[in-house]
Amino acid sequence: MKTPRTWFLAPGAFVMLSLFFLPLLIVLAYSFLSRGAYGGVLPPWTLESYARIFDPLYLAILWRSIWIAAVSTTLCLVLAFPLAFYIARAGARKTLLLNLVMLPFWTSFLIRTYAWMFLLRDTGLVNTLLLQSFHIVRSPLPLLFNTGAVILGLVYGYLPFMVLPLYATLEKLDPALLDAAADLGAPPTVAVWRIVVPLSRPGMIAGCLLVFIPCLGAYLTPDLMGGGKTVMIGNLIQNQFTSARDWPFGAAISLLLMALVLLVMRVLGNKGEELL
Amino acid sequence: MDGVSFCIGRGEFFSLVGPSGCGKTTTLRLIAGFEEPTSGQVLLDGRSVEGMPAYRRDVSTVFQNYALFPHLTVARNVAFGLERRGQTGKASIAERVAKALDLVHLGGKESRLPHQISGGERQRVALARSLVLEPKVLLLDEPLSALDAKLRKEMRQELKSLQRRTGIAFLFVTHDQEEALSLSDRVAIMHRGLLEQVGTPPEVYRSPKTRFVAEFLGDVNWLRGAGVRPEAVRVSRTMPIAPERAAAAVVESQTFLGNCVHLHSKLDDGSLCVAEIAQRECDFQPGERVHLWWRAADEFRP
Repeated sequence: MKTPRTWFLAPGAFVMLSLFFLPLLIVLAYSFLSRGAYGGVLPPWTLESYARIFDPLYLAILWRSIWIAAVSTTLCLVLAFPLAFYIARAGARKTLLLNLVMLPFWTSFLIRTYAWMFLLRDTGLVNTLLLQSFHIVRSPLPLLFNTGAVILGLVYGYLPFMVLPLYATLEKLDPALLDAAADLGAPPTVAVWRIVVPLSRPGMIAGCLLVFIPCLGAYLTPDLMGGGKTVMIGNLIQNQFTSARDWPFGAAISLLLMALVLLVMRVLGNKGEELL
Repeated sequence: MDGVSFCIGRGEFFSLVGPSGCGKTTTLRLIAGFEEPTSGQVLLDGRSVEGMPAYRRDVSTVFQNYALFPHLTVARNVAFGLERRGQTGKASIAERVAKALDLVHLGGKESRLPHQISGGERQRVALARSLVLEPKVLLLDEPLSALDAKLRKEMRQELKSLQRRTGIAFLFVTHDQEEALSLSDRVAIMHRGLLEQVGTPPEVYRSPKTRFVAEFLGDVNWLRGAGVRPEAVRVSRTMPIAPERAAAAVVESQTFLGNCVHLHSKLDDGSLCVAEIAQRECDFQPGERVHLWWRAADEFRP
């Protein structure tokens, strides 16, 4: 009777093998080959693509990607925590509030990014209000096409991925624990810091992984909100496969990105397990 | 809730008892400061604590499910309150924690986490965590209900002895009338948000002021408008000499309860009566005519 159940795995296994592992092997192979003049790859086998990663130019992009992702993740955590805490204790309105958190997913991320661009550009709504209605500034503020705009876009885009796992852990938190903390003399801030924060660590770790990983490999947001000026790993990879026509190098950085993600998951994931 | 007014003396073991939903837990939460009354007030040492947040009140609660902090060790749980109350000296905190844990016989379990100890031990940690603060009143919200029957009886004795040793006033909330009667100096019986009666256990058991109190605290036979407890009813075949109260009845059935027997009989006026008698005195057969009798002092008319 074991076979039928094993067969349920077949469709998933087929998809993963043919559309994930095989392409990944191809990428791995490409990264050790030499570049063709018009894209593609040629022999001989070489480690040159990996050596090029250590070029200060690329290391700078790598470093920038890491800190932008880290800053965005931290901002998401700081914004999402009170929100998730509020929703977890909102009683009957929980469902409504959770649906509101997920409401942005009803339209495409691309459209929402364009909407942000319309808001933030020199002639956009924000600058128009500041310039013409309130007369707070004399010239338009540089709100778009810089690193700040990229971080804003990432925080906006990935905030729900932080809110949901945090909500899941905070919702399970026994409200009596907060009563107990107050009862033992802890004012609300101390109770949150000493009881709620430590107990929601698994949710925080899950949320940070869910936000940090896509932020690290972000491509659309830096491209549109950063105006191509804030280059992150994702943009670098895209560039290698298109205009630069250096497929082996593109493959090498793709694998580097994957290695980074696995490393982060390993470190944070282990910490999460320890706490559980 | 309305008209819930009572006063707990220093060092008194006071119980609030009533069926679930009668408002006893709410009363406790009002005193602890988790909820604010819409009217009325809570006085602590003669001073109103109106508007004072829970974390400033000099009372402490033992929660129904203990509410131990799952990420802190037993010792850290007990130290939590001391750390909050500006007890800075590490040595003195450690000393007081050790003393509190000794008091509840938990020495040696300091570094365990709550999920690594038994239910009874968790109960003791919750007690130590509150007692270490030496509150004016310790509020206990059905603290024994999560324990199994045997442990519950043991903990009952221990609670009583803890209360005597520490001299802290205990406000004990329970739905178990036996617990309330056996532990308390005084008992308050609540029903549907109202306080029905306050008194010592013998007072409320023997002279209940309302029908509800009478029936909540134990079995009652309602005979000719008066209440009589089953254990006050005597049964005999022959007419007793000059009984204060007596009635003729027919035996219907008997229920064996281990330490005693409940003899069910029907009076001539049709009312039913249960008499609690010793096993060896019970040789009555169903259908047999018997005489029931009791003392006037054992009657109550709520």
